[in-house]
Amino acid sequence: MRWSDGRLARPARRWPGGDARRSTSNEFTMKRAFPIFGVLTAILLSYALYMALVWAPTERTMGNVQRIFYYHVPSAWTAFILFFINFGASVVYLIKRKPAADIVALVTAEVGVVFCTVVLITGPIWARPVWGIWWTWDMRLTSTLVLWLIYVSYLFLRRFSSSGETPLLAASLAVLGALCVPFVYFSIWFFRTQHPQPVMGGGGSIDPRMLHVLLINWLAFSCFAFLVCWSRYRLEKLQREVDQAHAMESLRDPRGSVR
Amino acid sequence: MTETAPVVTVSNLIKQFGRFAALRGVSAEFSGGKLYAILGDNGAGKTTLLRTLAGLNQPSSGEVTILGASKFHDICQQVGYMAHPSLLYDEMSGMENLAYFARLYGITDGTRCAEVIRAVGLDPDLVRSVGQYSQGMRQRMSLARALLNNPEILLLDEPFSNVDLHSATEMVRLLAGARDRGTTIFVVTHQASLLEGAADEFVWMEFGKIVARTRWLADGCGGGAPPRRDGAEPRHHTSSGESTK
Amino acid sequence: MSAPAGITRATLLKDLRLEWRSKDAINSMLFFSLLVVVVFSFSFDPTAEESRQIAGGLVWVAFLFAAVVALNQTWARELRNQVLDAYRVSPAPANSLFMAKTLGNFIFVSVLEALMTPLFIVFYRLRALGPAWQLLLVAVLGTWALVVNGTFFAAMSIRTRSREIMLPLLLFPISIPALLAMVQATTAILNGEGARFWIVLLATYDLVFTTVCLLLFETVLNAE
Repeated sequence: MRWSDGRLARPARRWPGGDARRSTSNEFTMKRAFPIFGVLTAILLSYALYMALVWAPTERTMGNVQRIFYYHVPSAWTAFILFFINFGASVVYLIKRKPAADIVALVTAEVGVVFCTVVLITGPIWARPVWGIWWTWDMRLTSTLVLWLIYVSYLFLRRFSSSGETPLLAASLAVLGALCVPFVYFSIWFFRTQHPQPVMGGGGSIDPRMLHVLLINWLAFSCFAFLVCWSRYRLEKLQREVDQAHAMESLRDPRGSVR
Repeated sequence: MTETAPVVTVSNLIKQFGRFAALRGVSAEFSGGKLYAILGDNGAGKTTLLRTLAGLNQPSSGEVTILGASKFHDICQQVGYMAHPSLLYDEMSGMENLAYFARLYGITDGTRCAEVIRAVGLDPDLVRSVGQYSQGMRQRMSLARALLNNPEILLLDEPFSNVDLHSATEMVRLLAGARDRGTTIFVVTHQASLLEGAADEFVWMEFGKIVARTRWLADGCGGGAPPRRDGAEPRHHTSSGESTK
Repeated sequence: MSAPAGITRATLLKDLRLEWRSKDAINSMLFFSLLVVVVFSFSFDPTAEESRQIAGGLVWVAFLFAAVVALNQTWARELRNQVLDAYRVSPAPANSLFMAKTLGNFIFVSVLEALMTPLFIVFYRLRALGPAWQLLLVAVLGTWALVVNGTFFAAMSIRTRSREIMLPLLLFPISIPALLAMVQATTAILNGEGARFWIVLLATYDLVFTTVCLLLFETVLNAE
């Protein structure tokens, strides 16, 4: 079936919504830059691991168990940054309705939840040998738990939404969740001062060598997070392009077979 | 009133749900003061098109212009909407329902509600709750609700479904009367024969596109008919007027 | 009265009238509240000394259960005959609808709390060692926190599968700071300690979330 101006009668050979040249330059970026960055990140991670397990000085009271601190704290910081980006992307989506912002929000939420999970697992692993209990209502651990709950509910909303405007719903929830975070911190902080609990690491001043290792690990984790986000972003973008191509395909021949 | 100025313009409307496109590039112009019957099989995109016109869902791409406005909210005071569900509260009487919806449109005098209920052939003093009405009465009350704000454009989605013949013909008579007074009416229906004689134009949809626009019901029977250019006057087919299905 | 406030008032009165007429929901909710209190009394021994110290938590968790059941039916009537479409098509502002529904839920949940509170006081032999008027303040602020977010998420869960489970799933994580504040404030007042920090936190929470919900409600309502 042809329209009078000949549009939609030509088969769509290119990715819809994108210039052919732009897609290939994106492909180029992916093919070259991604593996290079991946290798660099792997090197950085190995170096950070070495620093954490070997180079860093042994802690006075807790011994070698304390080294999990270099895994626990950077994961938390990375998660917070990712959730902050999620908030920004959600606000951008609410104002500008750019699909790219929605993908960024989705991606950072997913990877952020993973890092949060790492914090929640390493916490008890650390707490058990040191204090003999699996869970302490430590401020960081508790806040991370609430944060984890909020963003898991965000992922549930994305999965369970039957609306055509899921990105809008998700962005609204993300804004509410992000605004909740200061309240989470304040309430748990005050609760903790009223009911003091064992503090996990970083209570007082920190040895500068330990700080150095901590920052290296944080850098490594951030690079790794960026890598995963980038990969997931591309995957999601491709998925959406496939869906759109599918829909556009059916524009040409709705029955998908010879009339 | 001028018949050539289009009151509703739809331009390359695409509505995509995941991998499925309900509307696949609908472009058309509709002039004022006419009754358009939108016909087609299930899944043709009729309801999606009507709901897009009513501002209830956002198109994936394309534009809708109603009465010169591209945002529905600017002209919502001039639009009436009705669907197969009654859009009324089952637990309240007809008058109570209309009094509430009139409030939403900023109409505070109760005489308008009574007037519009009488216009659809129902009794304003009936205290029976709408949930206990017959389907025909309920749809007529729903039409009364749609007419409350004296709209310039009426959008009706399957208004005659499960409605008895008397109520249905009564409603068609009302719609024709409203059309004669200058209202532009869009009716999505499976019962095209009810609108024969009343409709100015039959718009045929198939697989998310408008495939034909005919003056008489017998002329377009789905599939095979060439698409119309935007705004073209529908051709009068020389038919003997017999309605065949 | 300005137009949006008038619409809020008309919607609220309509909802109250409908609720009063059917009385099904309110009767079953009241009985449910009674059941919750009794179940809690069997689960947490009222005669034990520890129960007095956690009474604040018990009361608020019971209120939370009752609130969720009430919130789940917020939009039930509007969904039944697609009345929500009629509202969206009209010029009435979405926020008027939101305020009307939130106020209606607030009244509804307050009635349930008013039933459950004397029962708790009697079963647990509660006595306020601090100023009792502050308990009322905490009740109002806390209920509002639950209801404003609950009404918002109830509207959001209209657009999801498994509607009834999505509401608590979305509501509980975000309500945790408010819940902590309500419980700590109540416990503090019952034990004669200061609750000012928690009350201020709760009030700030209410202010922030009411504002944001009002800003975002229209988006959520029209996200079909």
